Amino acid sequence: MSAGSDSCRAVMGTVTMAVSIPERGMKRRFRLREKSIESFIFLNGMLAIVVLLGVLVLLLREGLPVFWHTPPWEFLTGTRWYPVSDPPTFGILPFFVSTLWITLVATAIAVPVGVGCAAYLAEVASSKLRETVKPIVELLAGIPSVVMGFIGLMLLSPLVQSAFNLDTGLSGLTAGIMLSMMSLPIIVSVSEDALRAVPEEFRQASYALGATRWQTIRHVCLPGALSGITAAVMLGVGRAVGETMTVLMVAGGALAVPWAPTEPMMPMTAAIASGIGNAVRGGFQYQALFAIGLILFVMTLAVNLIADRVLERQKRKFAG
Amino acid sequence: MTVDGISDTGTTQDRGTLRTEKTNLYYGTFQALKDITLEIPPRAVTAIIGPSGCGKSSFLRLFNRMNDLITGARVEGVVEIDGLSICGPEIDVVELRKKVGMVFQRPNPFPMSVFENVVFGPRRHGRFSRAELDDIAERSLRQAALWDEVKDKLGQSAFALSGGQQQRLCIARVLAVGPEIILMDEPCSALDPMATLKIEDLMRSLAKDYTIVIVTHNMQQAARVSDITAFLMMEADRSGILVEHGVTSQIFTNPEDKRTEDYITGRFG
Repeated sequence: MSAGSDSCRAVMGTVTMAVSIPERGMKRRFRLREKSIESFIFLNGMLAIVVLLGVLVLLLREGLPVFWHTPPWEFLTGTRWYPVSDPPTFGILPFFVSTLWITLVATAIAVPVGVGCAAYLAEVASSKLRETVKPIVELLAGIPSVVMGFIGLMLLSPLVQSAFNLDTGLSGLTAGIMLSMMSLPIIVSVSEDALRAVPEEFRQASYALGATRWQTIRHVCLPGALSGITAAVMLGVGRAVGETMTVLMVAGGALAVPWAPTEPMMPMTAAIASGIGNAVRGGFQYQALFAIGLILFVMTLAVNLIADRVLERQKRKFAG
Repeated sequence: MTVDGISDTGTTQDRGTLRTEKTNLYYGTFQALKDITLEIPPRAVTAIIGPSGCGKSSFLRLFNRMNDLITGARVEGVVEIDGLSICGPEIDVVELRKKVGMVFQRPNPFPMSVFENVVFGPRRHGRFSRAELDDIAERSLRQAALWDEVKDKLGQSAFALSGGQQQRLCIARVLAVGPEIILMDEPCSALDPMATLKIEDLMRSLAKDYTIVIVTHNMQQAARVSDITAFLMMEADRSGILVEHGVTSQIFTNPEDKRTEDYITGRFG
């Protein structure tokens, strides 16, 4: 934070200097100004990379040492997490499988609903309706995750409990459903943009050939926007993988490897959040939690990189 | 089925006759076409000429109801194919558009393979075996004078073809649906002269079997390819009217209306 504002101030200084150089002619002054603005923007761009690298270095430094205690393979496949017993055991398979279950449930719900909603907004709804509904959907993204957790606790978990006749409504399924709602906004928003980027000419051609609206959506618009929709799904999945508070509140927090989505479970994010308060700084548990963070970081980074790639391809597809 | 009804009433001789009578087209409150009365004969090329913005394209789109896609568009008066009105809400536009194909100003193949482009219509309208689709594709591409150029690249992206080839692919795509009437909205305006020539040759050969209506800005093109020419222009309130129509040679050599003469001799437009 402070590094950012420092560099900002430094650059502002350069700008003032550049502007205050008198009688050197407009051209030179203009060039200096241009240069300083350029370097200011450059620094901002660099800042993001610095932060990213900083996070990575921190996670590596704090997390890697645990692998001297527990080898990576045991760490990933171990089913027992006893951080305070002596000696402690660190197996994160329960958390890893929980994260997979919850992400799977969230994706299975959010993708069809989100893409369907996007198709409706982009292809069917009147522009007036679209301009009303889309901001509302995007507003969903702004609901604090702790509030979503409340909703999950109060409304959804009793429903899930009675629907599946469970001992507790706090389960991976409940968490997945809540997460699906939280990843909907980004899926709808990005998919809708992708659909609207499909050139109007294709729709015209399709209708003129006698295709119905549904056929046009199914066979022209959706394939045309496929890579954008894929990116939207990736972003939504990334959100689901990384979400913490909601899953901490509604997933149930059980430490066994869950075999069904209806079991209570503890995904990786929740494991970190619930453990970090008790962990001794620099201790094994502390390091193990950072190692989980490292794995999460790599997972979400991979998802985001793939999404980026796919979006890039979508842009190129219609450029030519 | 409604359009099947249409085809049944006309004799085989004049299948594909288009007719408008005192037809008005409105976009909201703006009147785009005013009192257009015109009959377009089958198995001939009819050119619609006129200055920009006079409603040529709008007129063309009356016949496949593409104006329906524009909110606020409204048609008054008669629009008929073979004596049956196509304006009512009871008309199945899918069936109508199967009979009335359209080629657009810019070649607009789908981002798919050449083959998939051609069989797009048939795939939407029925179940065909792979062999039947192969057959339809070859027949349509031959008809569009494109087969020899693309027979080895049916699996390639349609965007790999040249502009002229893409436009002929779009024509093949229309032919694959089995239309009686083909509307062409300035089909050569994005093409070079050689590609234009090929499309014009194609139009002449297609006119043996189809009703061809072409909107064009290019007077020479109208003179070269069309049998009938209709001249539209704008009135003071910017709505399009039909000034004159007739046999092309007569319109171009001996127009009845002073405005037609001014336009074709390049005095305005």
